Amino acid sequence: MIAELGHFALILSLCLACAQALIPLAGTLSNKSLWIATARPLSCGQFVFVAISFACLVTVFVQDDFSVAYVANNSNSLLPYYYKVSAVWGAHEGSLLLWVLILAGWTLAVAMFSRSLPADMVARVLSVMGMISVGFYLFMLLTSNPFERLLPFPPVDGKDLNPLLQDIGLIIHPPMLYMGYVGFSVAFAFAVAALMAGRMDSAWARWTRPWTNAAWSFLTVGIFLGSWWAYYELGWGGWWFWDPVENASLMPWLAGTALIHSLAASEKRGLFRSWTLLLAILAFSLSLLGTFLVRSGVLTSVHAFATDPTRGVFILAFLGVVIGGSLLLFALRSSTLGATASFNWLSREAGLLLNNVLLVVALAMVLLGTLYPLLADVLGWGKISVGPPYFNFFFVPLGLLLMLAMGVGANLQWKRQGSGKLFSLSKAPLLLSPLLAVLWLLLAGWDVKVTSLLGLTAALWLTLFTLQDVVQKSSHSGGRRAGLARLSKSYWGMVIAHLGIAVLAIGITLTSNYSDQRDVRLVAGERIEVAGYGFVFHSVEQIRGPNYIAQRGRFDVSKATKDGGQGASLKPENKAFTSLWPEKRRYLATGNTMTEADIDGGLFRDLYVALGEPLGDGAWSVRVYVKPYIRWIWLGALMIALGGVIAAFDKRYRKARLNVKQTTNVDSSETSPALALAKKEN
Amino acid sequence: MKPARKQRLLVVVFIVVIASLVVGLLSYALRENINLFYTPSQVAAGQAPGNTQIRVGGMVVVDSLERASDSLDSSFLVSDGAATLRIHYSGILPDLFAEDEAAVATGTLGDDGVFVAQQVLAKHDEEYTPPEVADAMQQAIDNKAKASTAAKGAYE
Repeated sequence: MIAELGHFALILSLCLACAQALIPLAGTLSNKSLWIATARPLSCGQFVFVAISFACLVTVFVQDDFSVAYVANNSNSLLPYYYKVSAVWGAHEGSLLLWVLILAGWTLAVAMFSRSLPADMVARVLSVMGMISVGFYLFMLLTSNPFERLLPFPPVDGKDLNPLLQDIGLIIHPPMLYMGYVGFSVAFAFAVAALMAGRMDSAWARWTRPWTNAAWSFLTVGIFLGSWWAYYELGWGGWWFWDPVENASLMPWLAGTALIHSLAASEKRGLFRSWTLLLAILAFSLSLLGTFLVRSGVLTSVHAFATDPTRGVFILAFLGVVIGGSLLLFALRSSTLGATASFNWLSREAGLLLNNVLLVVALAMVLLGTLYPLLADVLGWGKISVGPPYFNFFFVPLGLLLMLAMGVGANLQWKRQGSGKLFSLSKAPLLLSPLLAVLWLLLAGWDVKVTSLLGLTAALWLTLFTLQDVVQKSSHSGGRRAGLARLSKSYWGMVIAHLGIAVLAIGITLTSNYSDQRDVRLVAGERIEVAGYGFVFHSVEQIRGPNYIAQRGRFDVSKATKDGGQGASLKPENKAFTSLWPEKRRYLATGNTMTEADIDGGLFRDLYVALGEPLGDGAWSVRVYVKPYIRWIWLGALMIALGGVIAAFDKRYRKARLNVKQTTNVDSSETSPALALAKKEN
Repeated sequence: MKPARKQRLLVVVFIVVIASLVVGLLSYALRENINLFYTPSQVAAGQAPGNTQIRVGGMVVVDSLERASDSLDSSFLVSDGAATLRIHYSGILPDLFAEDEAAVATGTLGDDGVFVAQQVLAKHDEEYTPPEVADAMQQAIDNKAKASTAAKGAYE
């Protein structure tokens, strides 16, 4: 009954989405204000029904209703309740429902927080978002209905959730990622609306910026969680594999990053306007492409699911309509946006252009590497896979260049930068960054390699430039504190995000250059030394979890003796400071085996132990890794996301709304919450 | 020319130069770093190049897994139903690696016909078979069918 209710609510959401896609848009074309005004209530109604539908799916999961095919395939009565809830988005159908729920959520948010925008603009934006929703509802209802029943013979118990997905990281990773993917639909809808209206000014850029920042921050967190999950859950100890599905999430991120920067130029100087629109279209198209790549089963990847080919065809067609339609609109209308202003070659505008060129090149390279195997397959050139060396070959130099440019670029002034001033600004970072990099490596006791030196130097260059800028910008007659307080939120956001990039780069550089990774055969009682730590393998015992049986190993870790070198015996003073308990789990419902690594994490190094397989005679194959600075990768990612969020809350965006408000409809502005907020701040 | 237009032209030229540079580098890097997939039948027929990184895959033959007693070296046979290939690997096999299941190995085929894998991938859920392996199996079945109809034709 609940499943039918959910199905019915989903159909109703489709109807409301159709109305939302058509009526407000028709209203803007025929100038009927009543039709235009339906946009908000319709998006609200759509959200309510899709939320009901989602709640129904959660309920059937929690109730273990195995007569619903999707539940039977992805849950089990032994599954802990929190995994039952997260199993809702553990596979194709449910993750799509989550997708449309989030889309409806973003739509509702736009409807609620856009009171200050002109009504026809809101109508267009919500219409476009309605169209996207229609596509996804049709996709679900026609090819992948999560509420389908297995009648008349429902199974007694479910097949269980894929053990890889039974993890806290996977509870939050998909929702975050989707918040990002789908969030770009807002920027996309704004861009399409601007093209429809033939109007795009700095007010438009100010409306779009906070939404883009928010979506981009969610996407950053989503990618970070995916990487973190891969690190400790896949049992390989890597944090990025250039897996096509990872690339699928990286591409919209790169496009989104370019968009954020190009929006800055569009807002402040009215530059690169067509380009900004194109990037907004691109970011969302790549999000759709990501969904297609992951969900259509065309990829060989750790994420690919067994799927049915009609779905792939549907998404491909949908992708064609969205990308083709928006690009056609762009081609027809972008010339109406007016001529581009000129800019000086030594200015922040030029820096932002360079940023965009580099990011788009990186994007093109990832796109090509990801799609090339598909293309080759279609054209019959054989079955190909593109390996990590290809991606590293490009990404590493591009990343270095980007960081060097970022340090300088963020320091440049709008309009025109004096070259003498620039030179005096660069002196300190230019001298200090290589020096500090060498010093860092020497103090840590690592060999100085070209790769690590370059990486560290670029990261320090960026850090020093950014900090120097903060110091200069915060100089104030009323003292440093007053100066710091005067800086805007969007400036702080930029500083934190750029420092986050530096932290990330330091993490990547040091981890990939100085990790010690050993795959070894160990018998109980044996000891191995890795990068200054001694690991003693004690025993393996059997334990029982809620829905699995596990072999759990015990490793005592101590600081290695300095003098003895390899095979040195344990001195009494080197007592074990921690024990690691890696597990090998066998899940009862599926019979799948899973590695559960155990990690002793720290800011400067991770100790990572994973059990391989029993080799007979009490011996196990074991992975023992010591990974310096790996946490910096995720710390950096979080800083980047935080920067995006802080920038999104800049006063300027709300003030801008206030101004528009006053000029468009003064009468109702008294009750506006945005106005009240802005007043408070003033 | 108006300054704005001149600048736009410069930007376009700049982008074109960068783009062509990138395309050149990309095609170079792609040529160097793509890994072609071969089925055991193709390897047996000598179609796979030696000493360059390729991927092979198939179903792991039952009772073919052998392990060394003092290291992590192991070897196993993969089959596409028509031919088999022995794969040598030194390292930890993935969790879902099992006999009579699909596996894909990335590595090189030596002159002696021994395939040494740097990486072995197995399926990651029970319903999923890597598309390459599924295709290879299907191809082998098709070839067999063709061969048998040809044989039948000859007989008749």
